[in-house]
Amino acid sequence: MAIDGPTIAEVLRQQGISRRGFLKFCATTASLMALPPSMVPAIAAALQHARRPSVIWLSFQECTGCTESLTRSHSPSIEGLILEQISLDYHHTLQAASGTAAEAAREAAMRENAGKYLLVVDGSIPLGNAGFSTIAGISNLDMLKETAAGAAAVIAVGTCAAYGGIPAAQPNPTGAVPVSAIIKDKPVLNVPGCPPIPVVITGVLAHFLTFGSLPELDALGRPKAFYGESIHDRCYRRPFYDQGKFAETFDDEGARKGWCLFKLGCKGPVTYNACATTKWNQGVSFPIQSGHGCIGCSEPGFWDAGPFYKALSMPIGPAKAAIGAAAVAGLAAGAAVALRNRSAKKSAQAAHQKVTIDDLEKSK
Amino acid sequence: MTALELLTWARGTGLSLALAICAFGILLRLFEIFSLGRKADLSPPRDASPGSGWRTIVSRSLPPPGLFKRSPVTYIGGYVFHIGFAITLFFFVPHIELVRGLTGLSWPGLPMQVVDISAVAAILALFAVLASRLMNPVKRFLSGFQDYLAWLLTLLPLLTGYLAFHHVVADYTLMLALHVLSVELLLVALPFTKLFHTVSVFVSRWYNGDIFGRKGVAS
Repeated sequence: MAIDGPTIAEVLRQQGISRRGFLKFCATTASLMALPPSMVPAIAAALQHARRPSVIWLSFQECTGCTESLTRSHSPSIEGLILEQISLDYHHTLQAASGTAAEAAREAAMRENAGKYLLVVDGSIPLGNAGFSTIAGISNLDMLKETAAGAAAVIAVGTCAAYGGIPAAQPNPTGAVPVSAIIKDKPVLNVPGCPPIPVVITGVLAHFLTFGSLPELDALGRPKAFYGESIHDRCYRRPFYDQGKFAETFDDEGARKGWCLFKLGCKGPVTYNACATTKWNQGVSFPIQSGHGCIGCSEPGFWDAGPFYKALSMPIGPAKAAIGAAAVAGLAAGAAVALRNRSAKKSAQAAHQKVTIDDLEKSK
Repeated sequence: MTALELLTWARGTGLSLALAICAFGILLRLFEIFSLGRKADLSPPRDASPGSGWRTIVSRSLPPPGLFKRSPVTYIGGYVFHIGFAITLFFFVPHIELVRGLTGLSWPGLPMQVVDISAVAAILALFAVLASRLMNPVKRFLSGFQDYLAWLLTLLPLLTGYLAFHHVVADYTLMLALHVLSVELLLVALPFTKLFHTVSVFVSRWYNGDIFGRKGVAS
C-alpha cells in the first residue's frame, strides 16, 4: 500500500499542521469511527509512520459533486490535505496531467503498487452502451475492471457509485449500475451520500492505514460507525416530532420556531447517515438545521422513493384514482349481485308451492 | 430489494391496490346489503317509538348493566382495545398526514407519548381478549378460523407500528414497510370478513333498534 516518499506526518507538518492538530484529528477520527479512546495513539502512530497510500480515483457517470464536497468543503483541513495532497495518484479532475500522461500515471500507480492501492470510485457505470461514458477512449466498465483487479479494496464514494444514484433512477437510460454490481472479488465499501460527508472518507482511510482493513459494514456495505443511526434519531428537532409540533409550510410559525419537518417531506426517519451529528462545513450545519427536510440521498434508490415534499406516511401511488375506479366497479358489482339476488328471490317465489295438511297427509 | 424499495412499493402500488380492493369490497357489500330489502311489515307498529334506531346506536355503544360482572375481560378489553386503536389510528400525526394526502382533510394530532400508551393498551387488550377467547369454553366453541384471522390482522398493524416507532427488531425503514404492508392486508380483508363491522356496526345497530321499536321491544 505504501510507496516511497514522506510519511503522512511529515507532509502534514510541511503544510503547517501542528502535532496538537494532528492528534486532535486522530482523536476525532477514533470517536467518529466509534473506536475506544485507547485506539487514538494507535491511529496516531499508524498515520505518523505510514507512507502515503496510493489511491487511484476513478470518476464515471457523476457530477463531480463528490469531489467538490470532499476537497472544497472547508480548507485547509486535515481531511482536505489527506485527500488532496497525500493520497491521490490519479484523479482526472484534480490532477494537472491530462490525456496520455494522465493515463500513464494511473498505469504506473497500478504497476508499482499492485495489490496494495486503494481504488476510489465516484459515479455509476453504464452497461447499456460502452460509448455512454468513456475516459481516454476506455469505457467505464473496462477501466473499472482493469483498475480494480490490482486494488486492495474499492471504496465507492457517493450514491451513484454505491447504489447507482441519479443515473440509475427510472428509466435508467444508460443501464447504470453501482460498483458492487461489477466488482465481486474485492472488498467494496460504500460511502453513499449526494454528496457524502468528507470525514467519512478520511475516517475510512485512517482505519485502513491503522488496521490494514476496512471498518465494519452494514448490510448495504456502509461503515456502521457513520451509517448506523438514522438522521431522525440523531436530529436536534426530534423532540418536536415527539411533542407533535410540526412546520406545516416552509415559512409558517412552526418553521420559524424550528419545529419538525416531517410533514414537509423530511426523509430523516428512513435515512441512515451522520449528517445530524458530524454536520457539514466544519460542523456548522446540515440540511435540516437550515430549514429543509432530509431528502434521503444516502439511501439506495432515493431518487425513485417518492416525492421529496410529501410526508413519509403519504401515499405516493395513484391511490385516489384507484379508489375512484374501484368504487365505481364496486357499485357496478353490487348492482349485479343485487339483480341476481332479486331474480333468485323472484324465481323462489314463482317456484313456491303451497303445502296443505292434506298434502302432507297424502305423502305419508 | 432494499427496505426502502419495499417501503416505496408499499406506499405506492401496494397502498393503491389495497385501498382499491377495500373500496370495491365495501361498496359491493353495502350495495348488496341495502338492496336485499325486507318483506313489507303489514302489521302496525306496536309502540310509537320514533328514534328507536338512533337511540340504540348510542345505547348499544354503552356498557349494559351486569356485563362487567358477567364478562369483565370482554367488557374492559373491548373498550380499551377500541378506544386505544382509535386514538392510535386517528391521532398519530403521520396517520393524519396519510388521510390529508388522500382527502385533504386534517385535524390536530396528539403527542407521540399519548399515542404510544394508547397503542400499548390496545395491544395488551388484544392479547387479553384472545386469552379469554381461548380459555372460555363457550367463546372457544363459538370461534372459527375467521375470528382468529381477524384478530391477527388487527394485531399486526399495531405491533409493527409499535416496533417501528421504537426501532426494535428491525431497522425503522424495514419495520415501517412491514407496518404499511400489514395495514394493506387489513384493508384487503376488511370488507370480506367480520372486520366489516367497522363499516356496518352503526347501520346494524340502527336497524336492530328500529325493528325492535316497531315490535315494542325496548332496546
